[in-house]
This record gives sequence, C-alpha cells and structure tokens, in this order.
Amino acid sequence: MTPEEIQRALAEKFGEAVGALQPANKDPWVEVKPASLREVCAFLKADPELRFDCLMNLSALDYPKKNQIHVVYHLYSYEKRHTFILKALLDRAAPAVPSLEPVWKSADWLEREQFDLMGVQFEGHPDLRRILLPDDWIGNPLRKDYKEETHYHQMSTTRESPLDGFVRLDELKKRAAAASAEAAAEKKDLPS
Amino acid sequence: MSKHYAQDVGQVVTTRTSFIDDIINLARKSSIFYLLFGLACCGIELMQTGGPRADIDRFGSVPRATPRQSDLMIVAGTLTYKMAERCKLLYEQMAEPKYVISMGSCASCGGLFQLAYSVIKGVDKIVPVDIYVPGCPPRPEALTEGLLRVQDKIVRERWFAGRREIGQKKPGLGIDYKVSA
Repeated sequence: MTPEEIQRALAEKFGEAVGALQPANKDPWVEVKPASLREVCAFLKADPELRFDCLMNLSALDYPKKNQIHVVYHLYSYEKRHTFILKALLDRAAPAVPSLEPVWKSADWLEREQFDLMGVQFEGHPDLRRILLPDDWIGNPLRKDYKEETHYHQMSTTRESPLDGFVRLDELKKRAAAASAEAAAEKKDLPS
Repeated sequence: MSKHYAQDVGQVVTTRTSFIDDIINLARKSSIFYLLFGLACCGIELMQTGGPRADIDRFGSVPRATPRQSDLMIVAGTLTYKMAERCKLLYEQMAEPKYVISMGSCASCGGLFQLAYSVIKGVDKIVPVDIYVPGCPPRPEALTEGLLRVQDKIVRERWFAGRREIGQKKPGLGIDYKVSA
C-alpha cells in the first residue's frame, strides 16, 4: 500500500487522532496524538491489510525554537513490503509518550536510548533506565541546549590547547646557544 | 667497560656497580607481556601487530588476557568516560613495574571524537602514559616502534646501581655529587 492509502485507512478508523499526510522530500509522515499512539500502532500491526510487523527505527528530534520534541517511528512490513512513518509531537518541557514495548519488543532498547540521550519519558515501559551512558550521568546530551560538565568522576572533560607552551624550534636553538655560552663563561671563571 | 646512563632529568650514573641490572633488564625487556585491551579500530591494528606479519612475538611480547600477568597496557582506541573507569581499574590491577602505550589519536587526545560529550580527552588524564604512538590508526610498524621505545625505557632503569644526583655547583670542585639511593 502507498502511504496515502495507509493514512486514509488510519483516518477512517481513528479520525482526529491521526493527522494529514505531511509531504516531505523523501518520506511522507503522519502525526499521531500521543494519547492514541498505542491503539494506532496495535492496529497497524494487527490489520491484515497493513501488517506492520517491524519497528525499523525509533528516534527523536529536538526543536528548541518550536519548543517541541518529535519522536519518529519508522515502520516496515516484511509481509506487505511497505513502509510508514509516524511522528509524535511532544512538549519540550515534559516529553512523555506511551511506550510501544507491548506492541513491538524491539522498542524496548530503542526507547531506552531516547530516554537516555533525549530525555523522553516512555510511559508503561517495563525497564526505563539509561542504556548507553553511565547511570549517574547528568543531563541528556542530544538536547540542543546540553552543556558539558567540567568534570565527570574527577576526570577533566576539557582538552588543553596543544599550543600551550609552544616554542619555535629556532627560539629553542637560540636559548640552547645562550645557555652553552653562559656555561662556557662560567667554566672559564673556575680555577683549574 | 663503562657506560653512563641518564635515566631521569637531573640524575646521572657515574659509576658502574652492577651487571645485575643489565641482566635483569635484558630479561624484562625481552618479555613485555601486553594486556589485550582493544577498544576501537586501533584494536584491529593491535591484533595485526601480534599477527604473523608484524609479529611482535619476536621481541618477546605476547598478549595476556588478564592484567595480573601483564607488564604493558596498550590503550588501543577511543576511550569513553564509562570505559575510562574500567581502564583505570585494569591499570591498578597490573603488577609493578608497568608501562602504558597510548595508541592512536583517540587514546592520546580524544582525536576525532574530542568534541564528543562521552569521550575522555586522552588516556593520560587518568593513567600515566610512557609512550604515545600517533596515527589514526597507527600501522603495526608504528606500534612495533612504540614497543621498542618501551624496551629502551626499560634497559635504562637501574635497580642495583646507585643513583647520583647533580647538586649545586661549588667553585673549586665543579660538581657536587650527592648519593640519593
């Protein structure tokens, strides 16, 4: 099925909860209200015409100017050989969306990754904790306004400039020549 | 037969008291067991260095799978903060005397990933490094050169011969030698 047909099928069943098909350069996508996301996805998976049996990717985007975080779901059907893209548009201050782990098991780690790096809360996730970064990490590094800490566990996170204390080679030679001249002068002064 | 060794800054050996050092150091430099600690693409070159073509086994260097049996830690690859703590733990588990080679740009300064939030800017921020091997990743020849530099460092170490420090210069005597150890 084409994305247009899939969107029509969803709009018939869910009405307001599914937005219009957004044309993009490559992949058209559809906005889904977070409240009905799990029903929509369960339908997409179970419907004999759609059969989206694979959650290919789950990612998130940060839009500080729009004050939004988008969670993007790439779906694929091995049986019907078609793809579809859903987006959930969330509030940036408290992004929360229902977990899709009950629908697709592969969402488990993908959602943990977005929780870790983007700070999205997935409600109903069985094991929502950081997956890549250490458990005591502060902040969500893929947010656009993330500021790196100066230290992590007493390890400095800044790199010193390699040019600090840099001396030109001819300057070094000049200094060495001056030092040896001084040493020679001192040696002359010493009684033999 | 007399040799002079400048082992540390400000120290010179002026007399030869023992051949034992030479014998010990010959044995030590010919059996540098290194810790298998590949972290990223440098780890592939590390394996190549231990392989039949570069073959650092001919210098007596063989990989060990535990820090307790290792003399040398080759930090091969990008070190994240999460791994840096484990790296420090491995270093502390090694028996003295121990040496560290920082292999590649990432281990030396963060390299390509130095602007990333999760990568430590050089392994020398957590453990003392003896030899830096530049490259991204360094070829097996470069790492072999690094191992030879570690050997150079080992043969210059003294265990029995007395160390003498250069003291204040005195007129009339020239140099005042002070025995330190």
